[in-house]
Amino acid sequence: MSDRFVSLTDLTLSYGSTIAVPKLNLDITEGELIALLGPSGCGKTTSMRAIAGLLAPTSGRIEIDGADVTRTPANKRGIGLVFQSYALFPHLSAFENVAFGLRLQKLPEAQIRAKTEAGMATVGLTGFETRKPGEMSGGQQQRLALARSLVMEPKVLLLDEPLSNLDARLRLEMRNELQRVQKDTGITMVFVTHDQSEALALADRIVLMKDGQIEQLGTPAQLYAEPASAFAADFMGFENIFRTEGSDLVSDSGRLPLGYAAPEPILAWRPGGVAVGTGPHQGRVLASSFAGGHREYVLDSPLGQIKADAPIDTPEVPLGDMIAFDLPRATARPLAA
Amino acid sequence: MSRLSIWLILGATLTFLIGPFLIVIFAGLSAGEALAFPPQGLSLKWYAKVFTVESFRASFALSMFLAIFGTIAALIIGIPAAYALNRYDLPGAETIRTIVAAPIIVPGIIVGLALLRYFVVPLDVTITMALFVTHTALVLPYAVRVVSSSLNNLRADMEEAAVVLGCTRFQAFTKVVLPNIRGGILAAFILGFVTSFNEVPASLFLSGPGVRTLPIDMLSYMEITFDPSVAALSALLAFMSVAIVFAAERLLGFSRYV
Repeated sequence: MSDRFVSLTDLTLSYGSTIAVPKLNLDITEGELIALLGPSGCGKTTSMRAIAGLLAPTSGRIEIDGADVTRTPANKRGIGLVFQSYALFPHLSAFENVAFGLRLQKLPEAQIRAKTEAGMATVGLTGFETRKPGEMSGGQQQRLALARSLVMEPKVLLLDEPLSNLDARLRLEMRNELQRVQKDTGITMVFVTHDQSEALALADRIVLMKDGQIEQLGTPAQLYAEPASAFAADFMGFENIFRTEGSDLVSDSGRLPLGYAAPEPILAWRPGGVAVGTGPHQGRVLASSFAGGHREYVLDSPLGQIKADAPIDTPEVPLGDMIAFDLPRATARPLAA
Repeated sequence: MSRLSIWLILGATLTFLIGPFLIVIFAGLSAGEALAFPPQGLSLKWYAKVFTVESFRASFALSMFLAIFGTIAALIIGIPAAYALNRYDLPGAETIRTIVAAPIIVPGIIVGLALLRYFVVPLDVTITMALFVTHTALVLPYAVRVVSSSLNNLRADMEEAAVVLGCTRFQAFTKVVLPNIRGGILAAFILGFVTSFNEVPASLFLSGPGVRTLPIDMLSYMEITFDPSVAALSALLAFMSVAIVFAAERLLGFSRYV
């Protein structure tokens, strides 16, 4: 197993005179499921299009399975791509959609039939051969698009926001489906998403991107527990991020004493890490909502708004009332500036 | 508005839309010698006579030729043009769109005059060739417009999907784009055919001795012979146009594209 199965070296990508991705370096291990995560405009989709060959790099190198494919056109690259919109061919039946790439390879009819049927079975679409894409549900279209790519036995399968067009329940189902297919086929998968929960749930490794650069790269557990920057922390759900000065937390609205000397220039807390009901500080309840296992409060404090989760067994504090809270040392994530 | 006045407006509108058509049909059925409505007696002899007039046969053949091949030529130029205007960020795309639409906006009589004075006369082009070029130009705006509107409904990522699956750009066009704009192309063909077949003003300038399109031939026939055969021919042509559009609507949902 190569740990440089897909390798991007000093990859620079631009649209006209705008540089979207400057000098990206990334190695993807064979057989892993890796997520390119980041807000819109961070260069994740652009990078994926470059790997597919749909966007020619300004400079730098792309290698796949040891071969330099930087100048190889998209139709000779042997890569699969599942589009966000699925991009199914509306004039062809489900069967012909899946068989499309195989027919271009001019395989014998019997082989095309066998591979297409196997591909449709892999994604659970047996029996839908004669349907047109327009007659299928969103989840079925997604699986059809996946089958169409898989039958080509690509070296790498790229997926652009694969779950974004599905409703919550289908999303969970499709997530499991993707993991199963990846496990069964052992195919290297790269998927692009802006949703950190999707990346955390699916990926073996996450590449967090910002402004065309890798902000942090690691396993979901690493990124979740140890975000390396305020940007990463914000993306991983640390909703309360404050600067420190000596033993105070400061924000544009004011300051709050920590009670100890701050270890780093920035400290961050998840809503679940903020203690509510006890503590040295007071906040006014601005919003309160029931979230199943806990209650989500928005508090107005000297630092501005603080998001805090309270256990569901504590009595609800009415809007506008004051409540005690604490930003405990134990749950603080210290961050460099 | 009262129910009565709504019916009156509807009735008046329908009278003016369908009335001339009905008058022409019945005038052609006349048993008399002159074009008149109401017809003097009933007979099918004028409908029969249409097919025996030699010049009608020649001009019908010319009009069919222009309508079919002029429209095909316009589509051969128009489909790639519509594709390029749709898919690429061309400099001056708006200007090109306006120029392409010009033959619709400029009165046909001016197009005809200009072509005669600065194209046919100085270059000594044959009349058939001049008519062919003119009809192609007049149909081109419809070809570009109708094909554009069906390309607009086709997402560009479908072609990229085809390329990633192994197609060249050209194969992606023939295997994915063309089959999906088939309806639009056929609609453009029918619209172009009818436009070309019914065209009068530009063709009037370009028609010469022995080479006339059917509508021009009908005009000159009427200047000499005022019998009901022109009415019979008009009715037959109207039926042909209606039949084509009706068939297209049933087969393709023509009105979606126009």
